[in-house]
Amino acid sequence: MPRCLASSAREIAQAISHSRRDFLRNATGATLAGAILKPYALGAQAAFLKQKAVVVTFGGGARDDETFAPDGQQNIPHMLKDLAPRSTFFTQVVNRGILGHYVATASIVTGVYETFNNFAAVSPGNPTVFEYFRKDLRRPATDAWVIAPSNGFNRIGESSCKGYGPGLGAGVILPKRLLATALTAGNGEAFDHLLRDNYESSAYSPIIGGTDVEMQQLLEVMKLSVSDFLSRARNLASPDELSVYIARQLMHRLAPSLLWITLHDIDVAHSGAYSLYLEGIQRSDRLCAEIWNAIQAEPEYANKTTMFILPDFGRDSDLSAGGNGFQHHRTGDATSRTTWMMVLGPNVHENTIVDRPVESTDLVPTLGSLLGFDARMCQGKPLREVL
Amino acid sequence: MTPAQLTEASFASYPAKARQIAVSSLPLLQQLPLGFAPFLLKEIRDADVKFPVEFRELEDQLAYLRAMSAERLAKEMRPFAGLTLNAALESSDWVNVPGQFLEQLSAHLWASHQMDGFRSASETYVRQFHASLTAVPLPGPRVGIVLAGQGMSRMPNRPVFVKLAREGTLFTQVKPGDGIAVVRAALEERAVKHPAPYAHWNLDGGTASELKGFSSVGYGQLAPVRDALAAKMLAAYEARPFDPEMLRTNLARTTFQSLGIQPTGDAPLDHFSLTLLTEGSGTQIYSTTFVQWAAREALRRAQPLTLFSRYAPRQREKPMNELLSGNRTSSAQETDPNGSFIDSEMGAYYTWLNQQRLSGADQSRFLVWLENQGVAVVISPAHRRAAVDSSPVELSDLARKVLLS
Repeated sequence: MPRCLASSAREIAQAISHSRRDFLRNATGATLAGAILKPYALGAQAAFLKQKAVVVTFGGGARDDETFAPDGQQNIPHMLKDLAPRSTFFTQVVNRGILGHYVATASIVTGVYETFNNFAAVSPGNPTVFEYFRKDLRRPATDAWVIAPSNGFNRIGESSCKGYGPGLGAGVILPKRLLATALTAGNGEAFDHLLRDNYESSAYSPIIGGTDVEMQQLLEVMKLSVSDFLSRARNLASPDELSVYIARQLMHRLAPSLLWITLHDIDVAHSGAYSLYLEGIQRSDRLCAEIWNAIQAEPEYANKTTMFILPDFGRDSDLSAGGNGFQHHRTGDATSRTTWMMVLGPNVHENTIVDRPVESTDLVPTLGSLLGFDARMCQGKPLREVL
Repeated sequence: MTPAQLTEASFASYPAKARQIAVSSLPLLQQLPLGFAPFLLKEIRDADVKFPVEFRELEDQLAYLRAMSAERLAKEMRPFAGLTLNAALESSDWVNVPGQFLEQLSAHLWASHQMDGFRSASETYVRQFHASLTAVPLPGPRVGIVLAGQGMSRMPNRPVFVKLAREGTLFTQVKPGDGIAVVRAALEERAVKHPAPYAHWNLDGGTASELKGFSSVGYGQLAPVRDALAAKMLAAYEARPFDPEMLRTNLARTTFQSLGIQPTGDAPLDHFSLTLLTEGSGTQIYSTTFVQWAAREALRRAQPLTLFSRYAPRQREKPMNELLSGNRTSSAQETDPNGSFIDSEMGAYYTWLNQQRLSGADQSRFLVWLENQGVAVVISPAHRRAAVDSSPVELSDLARKVLLS
């Protein structure tokens, strides 16, 4: 049976928010959003057409303790010094759904708390942001992409919802699947570090097989030969680096208006090795800055792209006796449910903090308001502070 | 089947002591809701391999529930009785495999958004049960000792043991002297002073040397068990279709005998060691995770008076299939001492937190030493919090004060 908490969930949640807010204020001189809120301003369809959005989620939550709390700041120098001062920062993003990475990401993507088995190979039951985007705005398949870890995320791009579904969603790239396919003709040992999958309990998923056709199509899109692709991949340190490399190729070649990248290295925390978890956070921090810099460097993206960065949820508190701290996200305590979100872009207030609690399901309707589609079936509400 | 339908025959497959307890508790069990009874049955089913403290806790819990009137029991159980379960849960074999039922219940509670309510009800129940207990005086203060940093060639260029140092005194000029031999001698002396079964524990990320009066568990000694389990897991992963639920069920049913390994003759300790590997996450592959989880489980289950844990370098990170393959090549044996030290700093902090969840927390003592270096932290009622002591001190003095004063 679970044991008692050392302190109440409310106290923990307040402590998280308080320390993060105070730190950001002290470090960046950030102001509260309430004082500078502007009314909805981007109503014109012409404005929507130029807008692009890049969403980066950390599949494998990162706690405040290892990020924005004083002990954790050393792990996120790029987010802290480069990105946070340019962002509107939401201090309390609550995920009230199931805390498993695939189902949680599906919930963020649909704006509805999905309830399927985290390890099942199923599509989300509700329309995804990609389907709203493409159907409402009549966008081609090349305008919405997802880059995700390989463990079951191959169905994240489109739902099973009537009226949406097959043919209306995003293209999904599973970098490890792509690499595994490319390796069928070559020596795979040099790439083992890029092929590792998640460590959650004993139920890790083997890498699923891809097809040459899919790989050839994708490499064609990226204007890469198999040997070039392998050559580039050989110099990358982790699966997330491979994901970001592919994201940059896509941005450069296709310039999709809606790009969703799910990083996953942090989830090595399930193995219980704290040092590897910290390395995952440090890498994610660096990669987020790299993505932001790529946005600024690409003419198709610069000055018209809003970037959202958020962990899909947190991890268990050290104070939850029923859990084992950073290792898992099983207790459902406040620390595991509460995380943050950073929003950066040309129409977003810089150095601004939003203290009110919001939910991870608010992201899709916010994207809808930003890009001009109606996320009609989602549960969340648009975040007025970034619109 | 519902709890009201339980009969003596329902427990036919239970081990002897467990069956006896279940049968004698039948009138109580029949009154419990399905959202609660399997939790209690899981504890009862393991009765034959429980440590003395946790067996007493089981008896206390049964006595706590039996002492309630029917109305009071119904009131206590109302949050659990109010859970909406599904047909699959109701028809599952929750009597014989309660652990599997609880996993499925957990998934159902998450999916049906009942987890927060269940968690709150569980915490309330546990809090009330613990409040009903009469505190049993300890024969001496609880002590935790952690040795970390084995294999590191030099002191890290940063503050160490930061979280623990806030809770006690950081010593920056510790003279190792005879090092671990001194600590071991003081540990054995303490076990002689307070002899009791499973009261003193010795956990090691390498091979655990014998300590008289201690229950010892070593990652190294469990290598044959780890190899056998890893082969089992790898085979399950490579099977088509891969069935994680079946794998978990098979792991839960694993015994030393089923792995072809001779038990040591200490059934509770064998069961404990095995469950570290079958129920823990990462314990099969990283020795640092193994030591941290073993300490957590020893504290939670055996509530020891003395816990001595020593970290060893873990293997380097590799793809999961390679980590599980049991590959004993030199590349597979490559270790990461610096990363292991970071793991053990957090592990030591968690060990202290878990020790503080037990009775006598206000009198407990804790020592963590960076092996063969001059840094240690001591947490005890006699040491100031967040203090730094830079005067020279012998490790033997620190250890003896913590263990024997």
